[in-house]
Amino acid sequence: MRFVIALPFLWLGIFFLLPFALVLVIALGTNAPDSVPPVALGFSLKNFTLLFTDDLYLAAWLTSLRIAATSTVVALLLGYPMAYAIARAAPARRPLLLMLVVLPFWTSFLIRVYAWMGLLADNGLLEQFLRWTGLAENPPTIIGTEWAIQLGIVYAYLPFMVLPLYAVLEKLDASLLEAAADLGARPVAAFLTITLPLSLPGIVAGCLLVFIPAVGEFVIPDLLGGTETLMIGKVLWDEFFTNGDWALASAVAICLLALLAGPIALFQRQQSRSLERRT
Amino acid sequence: MIGRARFAFTVLGFGYAFLYLPLVLVMLYSFNESRLVTVWGGFSTKWWGALFTNDAMLQAAWLSLRIAAVSATLAAVVGLAAGYALSRAPSFPGRGLFGGLVIAPMVMPEVVMGISMLLLFVGAERLFGGPERGFLTIVLAHTTFSIAFVAIVVQARLADFDRSLEEAAMDLGATPWVTFLTVTLPLIAPAVGSGWLLAFTLSLDDLILTQFVAGAQSQTLPMRVYSSVRLGVDPQINVLATVIVAVAACALVLSGWLTRRKA
Repeated sequence: MRFVIALPFLWLGIFFLLPFALVLVIALGTNAPDSVPPVALGFSLKNFTLLFTDDLYLAAWLTSLRIAATSTVVALLLGYPMAYAIARAAPARRPLLLMLVVLPFWTSFLIRVYAWMGLLADNGLLEQFLRWTGLAENPPTIIGTEWAIQLGIVYAYLPFMVLPLYAVLEKLDASLLEAAADLGARPVAAFLTITLPLSLPGIVAGCLLVFIPAVGEFVIPDLLGGTETLMIGKVLWDEFFTNGDWALASAVAICLLALLAGPIALFQRQQSRSLERRT
Repeated sequence: MIGRARFAFTVLGFGYAFLYLPLVLVMLYSFNESRLVTVWGGFSTKWWGALFTNDAMLQAAWLSLRIAAVSATLAAVVGLAAGYALSRAPSFPGRGLFGGLVIAPMVMPEVVMGISMLLLFVGAERLFGGPERGFLTIVLAHTTFSIAFVAIVVQARLADFDRSLEEAAMDLGATPWVTFLTVTLPLIAPAVGSGWLLAFTLSLDDLILTQFVAGAQSQTLPMRVYSSVRLGVDPQINVLATVIVAVAACALVLSGWLTRRKA
């Protein structure tokens, strides 16, 4: 047993925990474009103060949080009825319905974001469709806007919302709803007082699985967003790959981690609790 | 009750349309004559020919498949150990940290993991002179974030597992290792298998982590796709998308059929 614990502990300690210490060390250094790697070690909080005083970076933080939050809410509003319908479908049909939700996840994230590029493009398929149906004479271009990013996030992360919701809704005891109906509760009241509270663990898990990665998302804002919509994941990427400022990129990573530490801890607690309940 | 169910099923239908319409259109336009992906210029298979003679793309795909196979296998071994420890060792020093370490990579923003792993490899290069960035570093990075997924599948399988079989083996004199190899492992093999498949898919699809830790020489399939897609829509990518969706659908149908036959 000791070996069984030690192997993953050591692996994750070396490849997951230790690197974060390195990121912190580098974040406290300063940019040194002429050396390899381009960092001068030291103890300076310059990178951190820049991230929270410069308007550009502040805007990126706020935009990321706003986009992630709205996308999470939209994904919940769409995903909840979907999970509910699958859980209420005939048991024999549930695996197929569930598989249809999971299938896109097994394809490719990049390809699924790419699929929207042709749809949302200037004079793309969506605009052609709107013009053809006469719904809009001069439809606005969607690609390059915050709308496109939110759409992309909802699309890419929808399976992560539906799966945990389905897991709790499927286990819901139908006799509770019958009892409520017998006692005179109307369907809406029964839903609000029984189904909704009992599915709360699924709601929390689904929202965290969408919100946490969405805050640090890079591919979607890069391919579907415009140059003026800055999200923090893209800022990190650009500081690192375009500007070669490893120290500042590390500081962004540390701040992002600090920002998401609460939600990540919440997710872990819930995950371990739901697994322990099964044993 | 009826009204609510009807509403939910309507949303479900809309949800499926939302999920599949973009993919169907991408697949359809892989047979487009025109270079422009937004204009239909008639039926053609020329982009299919172009993709399957695109050496750079094929090499990248081959590299990605090799990386995915190795990292999924490593992740299956380490993830099996992690899931087993989480489920069978209720308390040991550092268990809280251990549980957190196992699950955290699942939700960690990829850009954060990417930069941290790159710094680790740069540090190792300075201290020990290696490993050189490329195949090995990509495999190590992919393994690290896939462990969580294998561990969770294994832990869930062990949670509804009949312990009396293991106890019987032990009573008959089998050592813990022998019991594990002859009783436990065969019974949880399907979970390890689906964990492996999950890790394989995640590795095959990863862009961000790979971009950070890959050296100048190694270009994986997602890196190729990304650099081509950045410049705009490209019919060859539509072909690739069609292939990927077809393979994923076949794999899912096959695994669904296998599990149903077993049940």
